[in-house]
Amino acid sequence: MSLFSLVSLALTAILAENFVLVKFLGICPFLGVSKKTDTALGMGMAVVFVMGLSSMVTWLVNKYLLLPLDLAYMQTVAFILVIAALVQFVELFLKKFIPALYTALGIYLPLITTNCAVLGAALINVQNHYSFIQSIAFGVFSGLGFTLAIVLFASVRERLEFAKFPKAFEGFPQALITAGLIAMAFMGFSGLSIG
Amino acid sequence: MAENTSVQTPAPEPVKAQNSGRVKEIMLNGLIFQNPILVLFLGMCATLAVTTSLTNAIGMGLSTTAVLICSNVVISLLRKVIPKEVRIACYVVVIAAFVTIVDLMLQAFLPSLSQSLGLFIQLIVVNCIILGRAEAFASKNTPLYAAVDGVGMGLGFTLALCAMGFIRELLGGGAILGHQVLPTGLAMIAAPAGGFLVLGCLVALTQYIKNRAADKKGGDKA
Repeated sequence: MSLFSLVSLALTAILAENFVLVKFLGICPFLGVSKKTDTALGMGMAVVFVMGLSSMVTWLVNKYLLLPLDLAYMQTVAFILVIAALVQFVELFLKKFIPALYTALGIYLPLITTNCAVLGAALINVQNHYSFIQSIAFGVFSGLGFTLAIVLFASVRERLEFAKFPKAFEGFPQALITAGLIAMAFMGFSGLSIG
Repeated sequence: MAENTSVQTPAPEPVKAQNSGRVKEIMLNGLIFQNPILVLFLGMCATLAVTTSLTNAIGMGLSTTAVLICSNVVISLLRKVIPKEVRIACYVVVIAAFVTIVDLMLQAFLPSLSQSLGLFIQLIVVNCIILGRAEAFASKNTPLYAAVDGVGMGLGFTLALCAMGFIRELLGGGAILGHQVLPTGLAMIAAPAGGFLVLGCLVALTQYIKNRAADKKGGDKA
């Protein structure tokens, strides 16, 4: 796989087809864990880590387990189980061997199982017939795109904390409108996909 | 947003006459008072992604309703068998099985709808509404009530999706169910950014109505 196609995959996954703002994957953590910039960054890093790992494992499961056994229709069931098990395993592993990283990411890990971005990335990898390297790269880059979006969103929300809004728009609607405006900015990247 | 999912569920009354009242209460909760999208803010990904047209919204809403009813009933039937420690994994397997069934049925009977909904049919598995209802309601209630809750919540979800789909199709493309009624539309409303904006306005409208109702009640008392 050439460097050029890797760069184009990165640009597409991070900007032009941003997971949150263009594809609408991972909206729940995007809206839920975005009140502060540093927690947003922690969540983003945890997603990058798990998405890279789960893209790798689901690719292997698909290639060496589901396809040879003619069980492709079981993808949804198999992938969600793999992701749930993987998240649990990563949590235990980090707790035991890299406690510093565990204290940084720990509380975000259980939330990731129900993050549709992780399952979405695994399914997109299969749909687009990505190779092993491409799958891992796509998982990591999409995670970085998620991180970019959630950190941007959190920093805007921090500034809006003391702004005055009409009463009906307080809370959730205000967050949605903010996200809409950021998504509008990302529409400018839509011509960027190459290759 | 998980803290919003727990809904007060009093123990079922043994008296038969109270059954119909409770069924009505559960239905209304799902449709209006605890509407999954507009009040509980669950299932946002699907809500924003597939509501570019009314047809998609109806298809997605009904698919989710079907999965929700089936998984609610099965989980309610198994609620005494499933060990507490591994319950989430069990729920996910049950839900994933029904999603696969719905996915295959759509591919076989409604291929065009299946094409336009794409990935999001498979992603019903991770829709927080379904896991949320399994955890908050089906695991504590009898199969009958769980089914009613599935119908109510599913239709509430469908209703909100349809409102979004209708507004976005009309303003974004100037059409209703694919029939052109306005000469042109504002493409941005159909684009991802429009999804956030339309949902934001709809939730604001819900809060406005709620605030007004609360004010009126407070005014009457004072």
